[in-house]
Amino acid sequence: MSDQEDDIILSELDDEELVQQMFDDLYDGLKEEIAESVNILLERGWAPYRVLTEALVGGMKIVGDDFRDGILFVPEVLLAANAMKGGMAILKPLLAETGAPRVGKMVIGTVKGDIHDIGKNLVAMMMEGAGFEVVDLGINNAVEAYLEAMDAEDPDILGMSALLTTTMPYMKVVIDTLIEKQRRDDIIVLVGGAPLNEEFGKAIGADAYCRDAAVAVETAKTLVARKHNQGVGA
Amino acid sequence: MTAPLPDDATLTQSGAEIAAPTASILILACGALAREILAILRTNGWSHVTLQCLPAIWHNHPERITPAIEKAVTEARATYSQIFVAYADCGTGGQLEAACARLGVEMIAGPHCYSFFEGNDAFAAHAEDEITTFYLTDFLARQFDAFVWTPLGLDRYPQLLETYFGHYEKLVYLAQTDDDALTKKARDCATRMGLTFERRFTGYGDLATALEPLAAPAAKPG
Repeated sequence: MSDQEDDIILSELDDEELVQQMFDDLYDGLKEEIAESVNILLERGWAPYRVLTEALVGGMKIVGDDFRDGILFVPEVLLAANAMKGGMAILKPLLAETGAPRVGKMVIGTVKGDIHDIGKNLVAMMMEGAGFEVVDLGINNAVEAYLEAMDAEDPDILGMSALLTTTMPYMKVVIDTLIEKQRRDDIIVLVGGAPLNEEFGKAIGADAYCRDAAVAVETAKTLVARKHNQGVGA
Repeated sequence: MTAPLPDDATLTQSGAEIAAPTASILILACGALAREILAILRTNGWSHVTLQCLPAIWHNHPERITPAIEKAVTEARATYSQIFVAYADCGTGGQLEAACARLGVEMIAGPHCYSFFEGNDAFAAHAEDEITTFYLTDFLARQFDAFVWTPLGLDRYPQLLETYFGHYEKLVYLAQTDDDALTKKARDCATRMGLTFERRFTGYGDLATALEPLAAPAAKPG
């Protein structure tokens, strides 16, 4: 966005200017600058949760919007995500200490036979940014791995990701197993990945198909809130 | 069938038509298969077949394949009495198969060209053991930069290599032809990606079998 980064001394910017600069630096994938800015805001007394939501998530929203609109492409989004990760690494232990609000808990992983985790990693990061606790099962997960994680973690959401048309049918195997074990109603199932679509999500019995990380976050928030409301009303 | 084959860049970006003047059969194919299909047609002397290739780069945009095939089949019906779709599923998630069934045209069985070049049965037999394998064909080895390196931004951001391919271990070059220069190129691709290399000669595999029913000319429509 700007060619003048070398001339900017981040610590001399006021809060508003610094946050705007962080939006630019996220957009340009500048990890070290993001880490420096996060530390500056923390030193100025910003709560970790405020740094996360106003600076990092705010900046990633611009990146996500421009990706959706075809202005940014996958490589640039990955660089931005990597920069955000640099900031998250500083904030994560502090968030735990300061008791930031927790929206819900998600277990996520790519399905059996699929090693492509770029989308899954983006979703996991953006979900953490939105206040979800995320348990990342990594790649190539058989149904047993999802079930074990559900037992161990008691999550609100199960997220499954696949890049290949040859592996995406495995999502149905997992959902059918949940039904068979009478556990389907215990959990919100979100699915995503390049070859999927809404029709496929419905056909396999997922609660929702999420076309990108931003949609995943919004869908997760909505469905978790609905689930909690149902719990209150029951 | 004596028309020259367009260059790989044209097949990648625009597609091409290699027309047989008296053709009664049309093959609608991925541009990545043009050389192999043309070789089969010429070897067999099938001058009754026209080959129309769609842009091979749709390998990276499979959502574009099905609508384009539907349009092309509809437009070609008046000219050809038989149309064959030389695509496998190719990332369309069953949508191409459904469209071909609706249109009443045949297509190649299998998930993708890696599978049908090796032979769908043989590929399926080791698919679970090779989930960390990246495949190249002759065409993709020649067009590696256009299909892999540049679209993924690795020419500009080499630091993303681990993000994209960190879980991969091996590159298997499924060779349709014996070509030392191409084997070297495929090996170089593996080196660039940080993967071990294996060459597996496949020839045309199930592609040749899939085209066999086109051996006899069909009656012209109308």
